[in-house]
Amino acid sequence: MELRGKKVIALGERDGVPGPAVAECASRAGAEVVLTLTACYV
Amino acid sequence: MPRVTSDGMPVIRAVSLVLAHVPSLVRLGSKPLRVLREVHDPIDFLRPHLRAWDVAQAYAPNQVFIGNMGVDELAARPTPWHRHPIERAARFGPDGEIMPEDEFFGLLAACDGFQLLGLDRELADRARSALDAHPVIGRAAGSPTVPPGVTAAVLEERVERHRALRIVGADGRLLGAMLPGHDEDDTLTGQVLLENLACKATAALALRHLLARPGAIASADVRYVINCGEEAVGDRYQRGGGNVAKAVAEWAGCGRATGSDVKAFCSGPMHALMLAGALVRSGLHDDVVVLAGGSLAKLGMKFQGHVKHAMPIVEDVLAGFAAHVSRDDGVSPTLRLDAIGRHEVASGSAPLAVMKALYSEPLGRVGLTLLDVDRFSLELHNPEATEPAGSGNVPLNNYRTLASLAVVEKLIARESIDDFVRARGMPGFSPTQGHIASAIPYLGHARRALTEGRLTRTMFAGKGSLFLGRMTQLPDGLSLVLERNAGST
Amino acid sequence: MGLEDQAAVKRVADEHGNGVVVLLGTPDAESTQTLAQTVVAGDPSYAGPLAGVPLGLPVFHVFEPEVRDQVPADVYEAQVALMEMSLDREAILAGLREARRAGATA
Repeated sequence: MELRGKKVIALGERDGVPGPAVAECASRAGAEVVLTLTACYV
Repeated sequence: MPRVTSDGMPVIRAVSLVLAHVPSLVRLGSKPLRVLREVHDPIDFLRPHLRAWDVAQAYAPNQVFIGNMGVDELAARPTPWHRHPIERAARFGPDGEIMPEDEFFGLLAACDGFQLLGLDRELADRARSALDAHPVIGRAAGSPTVPPGVTAAVLEERVERHRALRIVGADGRLLGAMLPGHDEDDTLTGQVLLENLACKATAALALRHLLARPGAIASADVRYVINCGEEAVGDRYQRGGGNVAKAVAEWAGCGRATGSDVKAFCSGPMHALMLAGALVRSGLHDDVVVLAGGSLAKLGMKFQGHVKHAMPIVEDVLAGFAAHVSRDDGVSPTLRLDAIGRHEVASGSAPLAVMKALYSEPLGRVGLTLLDVDRFSLELHNPEATEPAGSGNVPLNNYRTLASLAVVEKLIARESIDDFVRARGMPGFSPTQGHIASAIPYLGHARRALTEGRLTRTMFAGKGSLFLGRMTQLPDGLSLVLERNAGST
Repeated sequence: MGLEDQAAVKRVADEHGNGVVVLLGTPDAESTQTLAQTVVAGDPSYAGPLAGVPLGLPVFHVFEPEVRDQVPADVYEAQVALMEMSLDREAILAGLREARRAGATA
């Protein structure tokens, strides 16, 4: 799977890798981030 | 950042932590309300999983919460904790109490200045006689008493004709009804007002406990109160208008106090303690109280997991706390205002940057490292509440991340992560009450251990999920160092 | 995944059509598996807007080598490496494989 050119939905988690951190990885790999969310289950 | 010198630091003079056991209100938590909307009789569905008060009282994490049991003792106990009750559990502990439901309903009614909460007559009478004799909020303490209840017919009429929220007991009986505060205001519905009232009542209970301590500050000497609970008290023109702090101060008899609310999701309490310390140090006020009540919306948040695993719903308690921040008394633990860890805007969301900002940077500023802290208090959510619902062991995850930071900083070897977590962490023992579970429940234990000399230095860090409010993608966080008073060593 | 988040994922997937992939930052095997299953085969709890809706989105985790290899090393170091050290990477990736397997046979 090549991220470059893909549209990425970044689903992070507060106690894991947060959404914006996932999104940063995706966009720096050449993808377009179309949604960034961070879940918090507590 | 301007330097803060270490002299004249404020201290945490007293702490109280309380629980109110409210199995009947579990069905009014946000999750049960939504999930059980289609269920004909939600209480019947929940009943097999609702705990009696003595069972909740004998639940080890609850005993740790009110200070009757230490965190190391809890870590050594057999699990699951809900299958291994404490034999000699007590209602009261050094930090507070676990209040039974009947009395708490009475307290709710006594805290309701607008007569919107109607209680069943018998319940109100029962609650009044119990509360009048309560050691902390009883008649002797001058607290408002429980108003008379009403008949079942009146309650039914309020529900049917005046859109009151029906409050059904775990036994299926109608216990009361909460009227809306206004016919057309979505921020003043019976449900919203009951959530706000529960927050006020648990905070008020915590404040009265604080003021009842031997050697405690007189209520008239409390000059400023900061509330850091998460409920948005207001009306449709100002949804989170506030000011719970003042409402609680009034109820608790702090006639010369004013106050305000500080909000930052679950990191609110850390901001509030910092601000209280700053007010004291600046000389503006000698005595500031920080407090917060519990979250009714979070009751039963993970109940589906508990039902699925045929275990009791352990999210059946509301929590509250209060802390007295004052000028240095030479004995109480010192709040190091020179070592505040701040999640700054530019800290962003990258875990490494966030962790450095909250831990290593503030410690480094005063010449310390992670290894100079005896105990860290982070997210303390009870894993027995979260794991059955697939939400993991939140404290353990957070402690492991902190230990990994110690590896990155070359303070420990990678193989020592587990040892670091064991020695400097603790098991989660807090109900999933958001801002309270975020570091606060260890405050009472820390104050005692630092005062008695069993610990030298502790660090508290709260995290706030600001992104849930959809105004920023950022998280928030603030950390505080609490250490043994130099005057007592 | 919360119900509100499911609605957002569904809307974005619908709006963008082909070429959408999901990248996860979940902290354990169970949440990884549940979330991956939700965006591949539909909400396993049958409660949210994705109940019975197999979006069939390709799903990856930031801990996967094929993802890491595409991210500049300094970026990965800053954004991910600490969590990779503290969390159980193998279990997370096993959870993801499990969800993919279930999705392929659904």
